[in-house]
Amino acid sequence: MRSFPAEIVMEAVANGLLTGAVYGLVALGLTLVYGVLHIINFAHGALLTLAMYAAWVCWAAFGLDPYVAILPLVPLFFVLGYAVQRLVIGPASGGNDQNILLVTLGLSIVLENAMLAIFRSDTLSVQVDYAMEVIEAGPMLLSFPRVVGFGVAFVVAAVLFVLLRMTDTGRAIRAVAKERTGAALVGIDVGHVYAVTFGIGTACLAVAACLLLPSFYVNPRVGNAFVLVAFTIVVLGGMGSVPGALLGGLVIGVVESLSGLYLGDSLGQLGIFVIFILVLLFKPTGLFGARA
Amino acid sequence: MTARDVWPILLFGAIAALLPLFVTAGTLLNFAIFTLILCLAAQGWNILGGFGGQYSFGHAAFFGTGAYAAAVLQVRYGVNPYITFLAGIALAALVGWVIGFLSFRSGLRGSYFALVTLAFAEVFRVLANAASFTGGAAGLLIPLDQRPANFQFESRGWFYLVVLALVVVALLLTRALERSRLGAQLVAVRENEEAARAVGVDALRVKLSAITLSAAMTGAAGGLYAQYFLYLDSTIAYGTWISVEALLAPIIGGAGTVFGPVIGAVILHTLAELTRMMVGRIPGIDLVIFGVLLILVVRYPPRHLLRFLRWRR
Amino acid sequence: MSFLQIRNVSMRFGGLLAVSDASFEVAEGSITGLIGPNGAGKTTLFAIVSGFQKPTSGQVLWKGAEITARPPHLLAAEGLSRTFQIVQPFAGLSVRENIAVGAFLRHKRRADAIALAEQVAEQVGLTAELDKPAAALTVSGRKRVELGKALATQPKLLLLDEVLAGLNPSEVRDIVPVVRAIRDSGVTVLMIEHVMQAVMNLCESVHVLAQGRIIASGTPAEVVATPAVVEAYLGHGAAARLAGGAHA
Repeated sequence: MRSFPAEIVMEAVANGLLTGAVYGLVALGLTLVYGVLHIINFAHGALLTLAMYAAWVCWAAFGLDPYVAILPLVPLFFVLGYAVQRLVIGPASGGNDQNILLVTLGLSIVLENAMLAIFRSDTLSVQVDYAMEVIEAGPMLLSFPRVVGFGVAFVVAAVLFVLLRMTDTGRAIRAVAKERTGAALVGIDVGHVYAVTFGIGTACLAVAACLLLPSFYVNPRVGNAFVLVAFTIVVLGGMGSVPGALLGGLVIGVVESLSGLYLGDSLGQLGIFVIFILVLLFKPTGLFGARA
Repeated sequence: MTARDVWPILLFGAIAALLPLFVTAGTLLNFAIFTLILCLAAQGWNILGGFGGQYSFGHAAFFGTGAYAAAVLQVRYGVNPYITFLAGIALAALVGWVIGFLSFRSGLRGSYFALVTLAFAEVFRVLANAASFTGGAAGLLIPLDQRPANFQFESRGWFYLVVLALVVVALLLTRALERSRLGAQLVAVRENEEAARAVGVDALRVKLSAITLSAAMTGAAGGLYAQYFLYLDSTIAYGTWISVEALLAPIIGGAGTVFGPVIGAVILHTLAELTRMMVGRIPGIDLVIFGVLLILVVRYPPRHLLRFLRWRR
Repeated sequence: MSFLQIRNVSMRFGGLLAVSDASFEVAEGSITGLIGPNGAGKTTLFAIVSGFQKPTSGQVLWKGAEITARPPHLLAAEGLSRTFQIVQPFAGLSVRENIAVGAFLRHKRRADAIALAEQVAEQVGLTAELDKPAAALTVSGRKRVELGKALATQPKLLLLDEVLAGLNPSEVRDIVPVVRAIRDSGVTVLMIEHVMQAVMNLCESVHVLAQGRIIASGTPAEVVATPAVVEAYLGHGAAARLAGGAHA
């Protein structure tokens, strides 16, 4: 294994933390949906891709800065997520674990390939003047869009935390997550709560997409790279835990950054997959649960 | 197995074998060969997923292993392609057994098994892309040398018949499984693992047998793919596309039935061809249709209809 | 050497002691009952005997050899088979196929397994339902399938977990002779049961489990007359009140 000067390792760690916060945001949506609906949403990555294209269209067609695009896209994706759960996933699932897996897989195939049909396989990106700006932090140079992403991801997590703790909707969501039958008995509309939760999860993706776009690119398959990462984070952080998702995101960001540094770009992803497999195989209960 | 179990399969084989007599157009035979290779990969998935109820999202791991073993051994070490084909099947079976052993022993079921298989396939893809003996990102070309002794045929018709013969073997094997003790125990594990163990079924052993056979079959499909198209790279061999194809065909055509994967693969790829003819070559459009079909089949399972008919009889 | 011996078995789930130092024996060729109020630990004890759970401490002996925590499929192969209180049919399969899964344990060939399955179906009164999907049966039908699956493994000891629960009196009356016929064919039966009429009728010997402990053993008549048993079912002081009432 090669050895690197301390500054380079530190910078890799810092960059890992910055990317990791956005990973955490992506995982946040996934963990919330799992925690409440007890389903694994395989379409999460494709929905992220969709959000990134939406942000790109906002920029290309209307000249909207990706950070400003957060404002229209969050409500739009909330409604989209709500509708998808109400109209597609909910009715097709029949409460069966494997059916949900297949339906969300079907959804991801449809979304990914519809975008391929519309936008073709070219890689697109936005040109904004702050994309290349750097912030000096001691000996390190940090990319401005990534620092923004880091900050906003934490703000979103905080907002979500408050929403779940302090509002009636949040209380209803937590009630359904804990005890679905009981919640239904006291008059909570479980189907509505499911759809709201799915909507919130999808809205998180809209934010993540807008944060990623200035320093990243979009193509029809970009979400795939994120979906296994997000699953890994969720497994690590504990299914359904909001702080766990953020923390898991940071850990995975650093792991990815360091394995990229030491193993090279092509093998860099390996670290994540291996962690994912090891956690699933050796610590599935408690974190992920080995429910049938 | 009785004659009644076997004759529909032989009839299918006999009728399908007549195709090269009537069709000489290269594109159509091409299409038929590709569809048959997918039938084989899908039949592999069907054994584990359809009969055993263990849904894998990572059958690419087996397809790719079968394909790379067939290609690498003949290109790098000059081994006879028929032997490398068999070696590919054996290696894929081994990979299947190892993945199965790790996952099933840890008690992974349902979505968790699906996710872990997906991750395994991705690990293989990243490794194949980075390694040098696989040709890395540039891929691997099998030199053109059209001699039957070299498992390459001048006429597509011959290759078609070879692939068809293997599909028929796979169908017969699946039928034999369905009629065997292992098959009955596998279906019992799918329906209720706890209850199966209570009546003496060694669930771990049964699932391991299933995944090994399943991987071997899908590995054979990979070997045929390499031998027919003579080119491989990591996204072809270990890409998600084949995991998805292998799963779609049985789900659409009837998971846990002998002919389901064949029916599914034929429906899917005929549909894809028709769409291509109607709207032209828009990338991804065929998969959009596949995805919609998948959602619809889960929403309105045709199996319910079949079960209803059977019960009425 | 006794046929089945449960020796000082305890099972703890976190803070809850579900089974506490339970010991009893089952004689070969008998129908033995295991009764007790709800939550007494009967089903947990069954799960331990049938290998689905490993006890915290204690041993299970089968013809003198220790079988504690041996996996269920191996126990089934040795002739120890169980049914579940909440019936566990292979829902998508027909009644014939359900029972055949059990029959495959000792018969490799499909034809033999199916033949045995049909024979067992006759024994438990399911001949008319052989082609129906298990999911389409009534409660009583599903209980019979549960019994048939276990019986098709050709056990030496059959563990029945509340096969009569949820049945109406006439259905109970129909199944009682089936259980007796199973014993008469040489299968030892250990049954958890709530329907006391059936217990009194069928069992030669009964063990009473309350709050995880065996509080009484004996013939059904002896056991129901034990004050501790009456109290376990009806509450503290009930035995004295009943006795007093009888005198008044």
